[in-house]
Amino acid sequence: MLKDMTIGQYYPGNSLIHRLDPRVKLLGTLVFIISLFTFSSISAYALATVAVLTVVAVSRVPLRYILKGLKPIFILMLITILFNLFMTPGTAVLQIWKLKMTEEGIRFAIHMAVRLTYLIIGSSILTFTTTPNSLTDGLESGLGWMNRLHVPVHEIAMMMSIALRFIPILMDETDKIMRAQEARGADFQSGGVFHRVKAMVPLLVPLFVSAFRRANDLALAMEARGYHGGAGRTKMKPLVYHRKDWIAFLVMAGYVAAQILLRIFVKI
Amino acid sequence: MKSSDRRSIIEGHDLTYEYLHYDDDGNVDASYRALKGVSLDVKEGQFIAILGHNGSGKSTLARQLNALLVPSGGTLFVDGLDTREEKNVGAIRQAAGMVFQNPDNQIIASVVEEDAGFGPENMGVPTKEIWERVRKALKAVGMWEYRESSPNRLSGGQKQRVAIAGVIAMKPKCIVLDEPTAMLDPGGRAEVIRTVRELNRTDGITVILITHYMEEVIYADRVLVMDEGAVVMSGTPREVFSNVRALKEIRLDVPFVTELADRLKERGVPLPDGILTVEELTEELEKIRHGDQNRAS
Amino acid sequence: MEIRIEHLNYIYGLGTSYEKKALDDISLTIRSGEFIGIIGHTGSGKSTLIQHLNGLNRASSGQIFVDGKNIYEDGYPMRQLRFRVGLVFQYPEYQIFETTVLKDICFGPKNQGLSAEEAEGRARAAMRMVGLDEHYEGKSPFELSGGQKRRVAIAGILAMNPEVLVLDEPTAGLDPKGRDDILGVLKQLHRESGITVVLVSHSMEDVADYASRIIVLDKGKVLYDDIPAKVFSHVEELESIGLAAPQVTYVMRALRGKGWDVSQDVTTQAEAADEILEVLRKAGVKC
Repeated sequence: MLKDMTIGQYYPGNSLIHRLDPRVKLLGTLVFIISLFTFSSISAYALATVAVLTVVAVSRVPLRYILKGLKPIFILMLITILFNLFMTPGTAVLQIWKLKMTEEGIRFAIHMAVRLTYLIIGSSILTFTTTPNSLTDGLESGLGWMNRLHVPVHEIAMMMSIALRFIPILMDETDKIMRAQEARGADFQSGGVFHRVKAMVPLLVPLFVSAFRRANDLALAMEARGYHGGAGRTKMKPLVYHRKDWIAFLVMAGYVAAQILLRIFVKI
Repeated sequence: MKSSDRRSIIEGHDLTYEYLHYDDDGNVDASYRALKGVSLDVKEGQFIAILGHNGSGKSTLARQLNALLVPSGGTLFVDGLDTREEKNVGAIRQAAGMVFQNPDNQIIASVVEEDAGFGPENMGVPTKEIWERVRKALKAVGMWEYRESSPNRLSGGQKQRVAIAGVIAMKPKCIVLDEPTAMLDPGGRAEVIRTVRELNRTDGITVILITHYMEEVIYADRVLVMDEGAVVMSGTPREVFSNVRALKEIRLDVPFVTELADRLKERGVPLPDGILTVEELTEELEKIRHGDQNRAS
Repeated sequence: MEIRIEHLNYIYGLGTSYEKKALDDISLTIRSGEFIGIIGHTGSGKSTLIQHLNGLNRASSGQIFVDGKNIYEDGYPMRQLRFRVGLVFQYPEYQIFETTVLKDICFGPKNQGLSAEEAEGRARAAMRMVGLDEHYEGKSPFELSGGQKRRVAIAGILAMNPEVLVLDEPTAGLDPKGRDDILGVLKQLHRESGITVVLVSHSMEDVADYASRIIVLDKGKVLYDDIPAKVFSHVEELESIGLAAPQVTYVMRALRGKGWDVSQDVTTQAEAADEILEVLRKAGVKC
């Protein structure tokens, strides 16, 4: 089940998008998402569509693969749309029993659907083309200014990258412990909610014990290799902006300018 | 060069260590002496093996060598630095690198090359030099081709080699390996030991190997046997394995061949002490067979 | 209880990019009361195979018959099979979760539907089998040594009264003392209760002294299935797949190479010593 999730995973490649500085991609994703919520006309969505499709094409991540990532949140989206369809007050178009579908509701639901879909696609392009490590590096360096506000940016980034390294290990371990308890007759599938929660104890206790042991070991190993926080540390892969990154910034600025122009001059 | 002429890299004198257990008010309510007066002197370039079963104090000793723990009593100098001095800790960890038992729990980064670079990054080594060190270290352990892999895709033996590379990249004088093969299969075990021996022979790195596998210590210059927090035997592998009975008493293994030779000796076959390999045993047995035949004829 | 496996295949991740054939046409029979060693390299399929024996894994194709009944037939009591074939996983101490040793061992029998008293009775009997006396009952399992924890975990399976005990690398990570203790427990258990034991290991030394039959797996296939002496005679083949014969085989081969008339079928140290002494006596050496 968890293995089918494509969202949030890295899709190995060497395209221009893959090679961009993670800070550029982070900012780009942010700009794109903000634009979805500030510019909401048909022409604005059309432009966003062109932008997304272009980026996908350049990244060489199959569109099919990206769309697969939408599957797990399909239900969530359906609920949001239905909720908006029937709960928005306004002129009734259709009435089913006590539920009124309104014109405003339809419009709002379409907006939500488009925004959510694009939001997911936009952020999955980021994760598909950026390794978890360079993503954390990007966050660390991009948010470096927050250090002055006493936010421990390096430590948070280190925690993120360690978490990313250990997630697959702990998932494997969960599977193993589950099987081991099933061999002792544990039943994780049947029964009511209360029964199921209780059945999780033989899984969760060993999992926590193991996670703590690993954390302990890891802390010791990091200390043994001279780790003492972010101060005085050098970088093996420091982030440097190249020409392509500056060009990407320009493209981004162009996109925002085009959206503003559309808003002013095109009224649909 | 005789080993006594060489510089000492580790000098421990009458080391003791106590684990303290505190009650809720922060007072010591129980203590456990894990080390009881251990002395050792390791020269640069030596290959030392420390044997002992779990709870013998060998891991506690290992952690002293990297200043992860400091002695409760006695003194310990690593590369001439007193481990009790707070200001020496950084230099000591750089001089004596440490490899642990569980391969999964000591790899920090999600890419092999980045893990090898973790130590140098902490030391503040300039970027260009980090790459040089990482390349050298990964090549030394034969993991250069895997530099862009995720550690999760490697075998246990490969992961331990990456961990060793992570230590080598810090340019240590000495590597302390705390049961690095306990969780590996025979293939992985052989891989790791081969790598360690190679580093010792070609780069002259001092090796302190803590293990409970006898086959791994045959090549050591010196073997220390620990039991209940003390060094109970010390000498060349041959000397140590001559005491088959004493080793069995503290429930340690003896190499199969050594044990077989001992059994034969008990039954009157005049074999010498401390036979370690199949070749030695067959040679000695041949001598006995032919020697006596010649005398008979 | 007899387990008959016929043409078993198991494929991982069917239809994905990492599809892999983990078991390839395995056929073998485990008879009641046997002590079998399954040997193979990491990734040879040995752990995957034993998880089929109690139904945790379902074969991609092929059949398994337990006492003549096909376990893949509709309505087969699969849950009962879990209790009849006790499976001890690798590093089983990682599955311990209760506050006391006794409670943890009771988990299996309670899942079988036994009353608290019955379960405790079973748990106490299992503790005796693995050599843990009463004063361990109320202890927290997390305060025990590695070897003791493992015994608790094995007792947790034994308390279900399985007819077959399957253990995946029961000595992994233990020191020589812990290893000998566990192997001693298994040997005694087999001798005294007649339980069928299937021991999975990558160490020939572990199984050479105990097993009456050894199955060697390589790349998901059965390479050898024979008595130990016969299996060990294939030294070169074993080495080519990353395994080794036990040391005793190497000693005997070296001696034969020098013209000694010693048997090749020797598997233990005592037998080896006897053979060597025999040759020396024949050669006129007084010993």
